[in-house]
Amino acid sequence: MVPQTKMSRNKSKSSIKERKGKVLTSLEELGGQVYKQIVDHEFPTFRMPSRSIANILYDDKTRQYILGKRSVKRSARNVAHIRPFTQLLWTAMFADELTSQNKTSTLRDVFYSAQAYEMDFRDQAESDNLITDLETVTSFSREDFNVYPEERSAIFGDLTVEYTVPGYEGKRLNLSSHPDGVMIGPALTTAEFVQHDRKKVDKIIAIEKGGLFTRFIEERVHQKYRAVLIHTAGQAPRATRFLLRRLNQELDVPVYIFTDGDPWGMHIAMVIISGSANAAHLRDLNTPDAIWGGVWATDIVDYKLPSDPLTDLDLKRLNELEKDPRYAGDLWKREIDTFRKVKKKSEQEAFSRYGLTYIVDKYLPAKLKLKSN
Amino acid sequence: MTVAEVFQEISAADFFYRNRDIAGFTSPSRAVYSTIRELVENSLDACETMGVPPDIYLRLSHESGPVDGPGVYSVRVEDNGLGIPGKIIPSAFGQVLYGSKYKLRQTRGQFGLGGKMALLYGQVTTHSEAQIVSSTGPKDRVTEVILRIDIQQNKPIIMKNKTHPNKHHWRGTAIEFKTEADYSRAMSKILDYMKQTAIIVPYANITFVDPRGRLYRFLRGTTTVPEAPTETSPHPHGVDVETVQRLLKVTNAKTLQEFLRKHFQRIGDATARKFLQYASMGQKKTPRNMTPDDVVKLVNAMKNYEDFLAPDSSCLSPLGEDLLATGIKKELGITDDDIAQGHAYVGTLQRKPATYAGFPFIVEVGLASSKNIPTEGKILLFRFANKIPLLFDEASDVSWKVVNNTIDWRNYKVAPGETPLAVFVHLCSTKVPYKTVGKEFIADRPDVEHEIVNAIREAGRTLKLYLSKKEHLATERKRLDVFEKYLPKIAQFSTKLAKQKREPEVSTLLKSVMKYGPANEDEQEQE
Repeated sequence: MVPQTKMSRNKSKSSIKERKGKVLTSLEELGGQVYKQIVDHEFPTFRMPSRSIANILYDDKTRQYILGKRSVKRSARNVAHIRPFTQLLWTAMFADELTSQNKTSTLRDVFYSAQAYEMDFRDQAESDNLITDLETVTSFSREDFNVYPEERSAIFGDLTVEYTVPGYEGKRLNLSSHPDGVMIGPALTTAEFVQHDRKKVDKIIAIEKGGLFTRFIEERVHQKYRAVLIHTAGQAPRATRFLLRRLNQELDVPVYIFTDGDPWGMHIAMVIISGSANAAHLRDLNTPDAIWGGVWATDIVDYKLPSDPLTDLDLKRLNELEKDPRYAGDLWKREIDTFRKVKKKSEQEAFSRYGLTYIVDKYLPAKLKLKSN
Repeated sequence: MTVAEVFQEISAADFFYRNRDIAGFTSPSRAVYSTIRELVENSLDACETMGVPPDIYLRLSHESGPVDGPGVYSVRVEDNGLGIPGKIIPSAFGQVLYGSKYKLRQTRGQFGLGGKMALLYGQVTTHSEAQIVSSTGPKDRVTEVILRIDIQQNKPIIMKNKTHPNKHHWRGTAIEFKTEADYSRAMSKILDYMKQTAIIVPYANITFVDPRGRLYRFLRGTTTVPEAPTETSPHPHGVDVETVQRLLKVTNAKTLQEFLRKHFQRIGDATARKFLQYASMGQKKTPRNMTPDDVVKLVNAMKNYEDFLAPDSSCLSPLGEDLLATGIKKELGITDDDIAQGHAYVGTLQRKPATYAGFPFIVEVGLASSKNIPTEGKILLFRFANKIPLLFDEASDVSWKVVNNTIDWRNYKVAPGETPLAVFVHLCSTKVPYKTVGKEFIADRPDVEHEIVNAIREAGRTLKLYLSKKEHLATERKRLDVFEKYLPKIAQFSTKLAKQKREPEVSTLLKSVMKYGPANEDEQEQE
């Protein structure tokens, strides 16, 4: 981890440029490896970790899912491999172009661009899968290759960023300049953090729902609690998870997560903290020290929140989560048990029962006292 | 109370005129098809009896009336067959149920009826006469007869009967007459008939000039003519009461034992004695004093007695595996080169003679696969009986049932409707078990069906080898295509990724894939 104290003064270390350099190098290495094998009259091959379920393990140290030791070999000598092999190289080439030219693209673009090279992908799923292969081979995520999903997350707070995308290089923006928040897209994901003042920002608050995000801005939560607010819009996109981790590590500030009080909300928090099984081949997407502030099942009881009964689907989900190694911690066990016991769920908005500002004035300060889960 | 009823005797000609439907003369389009078919078949029989490769010339010309509907046409058929002696021409053509086909041997027609029906139909629809010219040998004079049929009397009315010197040393028969026809409707069936005849009679040249002036030639692929069938006496399992009654009337045998030995095949003195004991026909019975009840008793005993030897099959004249293959190849446009290079397959098989109800029969089948065969979502079936193509009512035929229901083609690597496959079934018998008098489809007699199933299964084994090999080659080709498509791309993409200038050569790698084939690949996968 980079020493945090000095960095917070002015401009954080250029983690984005450094990372981009590493991405480009890894792509060139992949190409170079294949190139050399062909020059040597060998059928090109490469190995990558297996993504089969049996090889997805939970790592207590990093507190996330990782891939085990099993690996698969892809060989151009094998008629069943050569097509995905070629597709992977094409994807790498496409990613290389995007990254070096600072262009962004969506998964859908990848699918269509391939057709120009007579690299037919059967369907979107096949090209998506190849992107995941490339992530596995290089252990960089697609956002590192400038392949982004649709944007839906937003950020708001008194923090200034400096863009690195073409046309905006060096331009700065204070993230409180727009009252609706700023969309977390490719430009923001690749922006550097500058002029971080601990007196203005000493925590991050991630919120599941847009309504509450807006309420927090209106109630000036960012000022009252010196917080940067992030709207995850349900399950946080990877770019947002990556950004949360950077904020946590580069600014050295705690991250609090507020979700609905149900099994699904609980899992939104968990994915931010411990990552997802789908991304077991990737690192740097989780924030192990992030804190789930609520809404807990015990909150429903303690605050006497208006609630709905848990459905069969909710209960089934609870059973699944109970077996999940990520939920081994005491808090998680307690909350799962409580959900089971009370058989109730409450939305974040349920606090409105006590007036619109109750959540900001009473609930939030109580929760922000948490040091960990 | 009296009712005056007039009983009128009608002649055979009159009977068939009144019942022309059963002989296939239902409409002008069906009639012209039947006319051509009957005449061509008579000609083919006339040639095969002599063992000469047939040369058949057929011309159909439009005379009057509309061209796209029923009109008057003249039909002419010439052959190089054995010819008909001048004396019997009038009866042979002008008298129904007079002919050479009442003995037991395999011929196309059964009663010599069809040719005369054609003449009869022509006469009643156009009121014109028929011209028959024939010579029985290069040194004989040529007889020319012009006649009509007196339908009520079943007698020929001779209008001209002359002989000419045979300048060209010709042998054969030529017939010409007018008839009502609808060529526009019958055309496709007539052409199908010609083409399929050319398959099953591969040693014949058939020339057809159609009313639109088009010339169709079906050339022979061989001059080998199968051996002509020999005549035989009936087998005891294959006779009925009427036949035995007739034989009893004409025989000069003094005892039943002698009668059996003389008039039936597969019966010697010993067999006759044993059989008569089995039938409990006492010593006193002779052919002369048999009562109708005795005849019935005798025939029933014949049917039930199991120790007769199987019918003699020398009266059959199958085509043979080689000739059938020749016919299939030439009409489907499959060359020996195609077969040698594995692009096409033709396999034929002849079963041993078998019997049903006392009648001997032989099944021959052919299986062909080639890109020339249209798939159309089904297996193409060609049916033949006694060297006649059967074109109508396919779905009612026993072969259709076998091909579409009984045989599981997947066992032979055939995907019905996808694999181009033609199945040829030829049934030879002294009595083909047609389901109806129309002679268009064969009944599913268990013995016959069994033979067809076994024939196809047996022939299918070699087809399977061919299709497996073809499948293997196709897989191999596909595999190479994959490498040819992707290896250059891998070179291109990796060059770009590695920021190199020159793309590396992949030809060595490509060659190695072809050289070692799949064996090497298996090795790779085990690593």
